[in-house]
Amino acid sequence: MDPSSGDLAKAVDARTPLPGNHSPADTPGGIGSDQMKVQTMKLKASNVNFFYGGFHALHEINLQFSANKITALIGPSGCGKSTFLRSLNRLHETIRGARLEGTIVLDNENILAMNASALRRRVGMVFQRPNPFPKSIFDNIAYGPEINGMGNHQHVAELVEQSLIRAALWEEVKDKLHQSAYGLSGGQQQRLCIARALAVNPEVLLLDEPCSALDPIGTAKIEELLFTLKDQCTIVIVTHNMQQAARVADYTGFFLMGKLIEFDDTKKIYTTPGKKETEDYITGRFG
Amino acid sequence: MTRSGAWKSVMNVLMFSLTGLCTLFTIGTLLFILGYLVSHGASALNWAFFTKLPVPVGEIGGGMANAIVGSAKVLLLATLIGVPIGFLGGVYLNEYAGAAAAFVIRYATDLLNGVPSIVIGIVVYTLVVHPMGHFSTVSGGVALGIMMIPIAVRSTEEFLHAVPNSLREAATALGASKWKTIVTVVVPAAITGIITGTMLDLARVAGETAPLLFTALNNQFWSAGWSHPTATLPVMIFAYAIAPYDDWHRQAWAAGFVLLMFVLAINITARFILSRASYAPRGMV
Ligand SMILES: Nc1ncnc2c1ncn2[C@@H]1O[C@H](COP(=O)(O)OP(=O)(O)OP(=O)(O)O)[C@@H](O)[C@H]1O
Ligand SMILES: [Mg+2]
Repeated sequence: MDPSSGDLAKAVDARTPLPGNHSPADTPGGIGSDQMKVQTMKLKASNVNFFYGGFHALHEINLQFSANKITALIGPSGCGKSTFLRSLNRLHETIRGARLEGTIVLDNENILAMNASALRRRVGMVFQRPNPFPKSIFDNIAYGPEINGMGNHQHVAELVEQSLIRAALWEEVKDKLHQSAYGLSGGQQQRLCIARALAVNPEVLLLDEPCSALDPIGTAKIEELLFTLKDQCTIVIVTHNMQQAARVADYTGFFLMGKLIEFDDTKKIYTTPGKKETEDYITGRFG
Repeated sequence: MTRSGAWKSVMNVLMFSLTGLCTLFTIGTLLFILGYLVSHGASALNWAFFTKLPVPVGEIGGGMANAIVGSAKVLLLATLIGVPIGFLGGVYLNEYAGAAAAFVIRYATDLLNGVPSIVIGIVVYTLVVHPMGHFSTVSGGVALGIMMIPIAVRSTEEFLHAVPNSLREAATALGASKWKTIVTVVVPAAITGIITGTMLDLARVAGETAPLLFTALNNQFWSAGWSHPTATLPVMIFAYAIAPYDDWHRQAWAAGFVLLMFVLAINITARFILSRASYAPRGMV
């Protein structure tokens, strides 16, 4: 089931704009079944199986991510959302005994054959808890460009400013760039982490429950930010918060016990889910 | 009150008093040693102690300038040997070693830490002093350097372990390779703690005497160089304390006092640095 399947035309008809969702997809003529066919697939996972030692954590996942769209991954705790997300930038390779089978393709290139550092530069990640380095705000953002040799000090300084502007944090921190990042609030730290990820100009941004440690205001800021970012990158967000998925995502995938149960247009998932399990989860009957 | 209730309250009072007394004894011992050293050592201390060489038997006065410099040289060399090896070993242990290797390394460092210092002295005597043909400052540094390794390994490991994994993941996700992550994020996050651990490690070996008896030996004069014997404070204390001259006893007390002050100063500075670590991750200090 990928978004280019015929079901989508129906799904689009069922769309009703949700409050707070101002994504371009909502504008008339945004997504139609015809446009869907020309829409580029940025990232494509085929027959992905994942093992932690002997534990089979993901079963035959087939999932595609459209360029410049936001895709949400939802599902109960322990169903493998993070595991799947982390295999998209091969972060699982830092875990002993973790093994990935299948293929994941980024712009027609198999990521498993790529240099891991090069891949991770193109596929950025933001984690559940804000994890700034114990360095200054400036040095946090400059870290990525510096280790990837992206130009001289002048250029890095420009990247830092740009990234903070993109992450909607510039106004709040421009006068204290050289203070410790630990002086920022949780929400600011998370935007700092987004800015840090943006500084290397990733094509794909993976977010693993980025708002779970934040209050509603911090959450709203991040969600707003995601809309502005999607022009520049493809976004995959794991969330436990169903409203959040409904608000921000163009597409939603529902995971259950290591399997992808359903993947479709967000409106379709939330209004007329195709599977009983999805409906049960969304209506809060479990999870 | 029932009988068993009375018994319980007696036991309570007894345990409270017994544990309290033992604690008092511990603190009292420290205070006694400090007081004794201050009263005997501080009074024996004078400017000449820091600036003059020892004087021949029979003469009064003189100092231990050569032993102070000798101790400094031996400890410097020990740090140069023990700290890099211990630090890199600790990095390997925490960042690279698998569970089985880590177990073996920890076990080995603990055993090495438990090797009596006099045994390390004999080994260095056999491996360094004997081939060189004479006692030397270098061999003293080697002996104390070896003694510094296990603690350096374990304290490095401990402080690296306290660096949250989320920082490693953040760096990795930005494209940093493993060694780059270690060099640019993990070690800087732990460096204050590692430096503190090193200082405490140094303070611990500063008073070691036995291994120096076989290696740096002693010297009544200025050492002729790194490959020659040198006086050190602990060995001087030993030599002067067992000699039958009152003035030497006085100087031994003074040397003990200086050594103690040195160790205390390092300890206090180290703890101060650790408490002021501004960039240590949360929960680490
Ligand atoms: N490092 C690991 N070693 C072994 N098993 C793991 C590891 N990480 C995760 N798992 C297991 O893999 C399964 C999927 O975990 P994962 O973290 O991907 O779930 P999740 O959907 O992200 O859950 P949550 O919503 O709680 O974050 C779980 O059963 C978990 O216990
Ligand atoms: Mg998770």
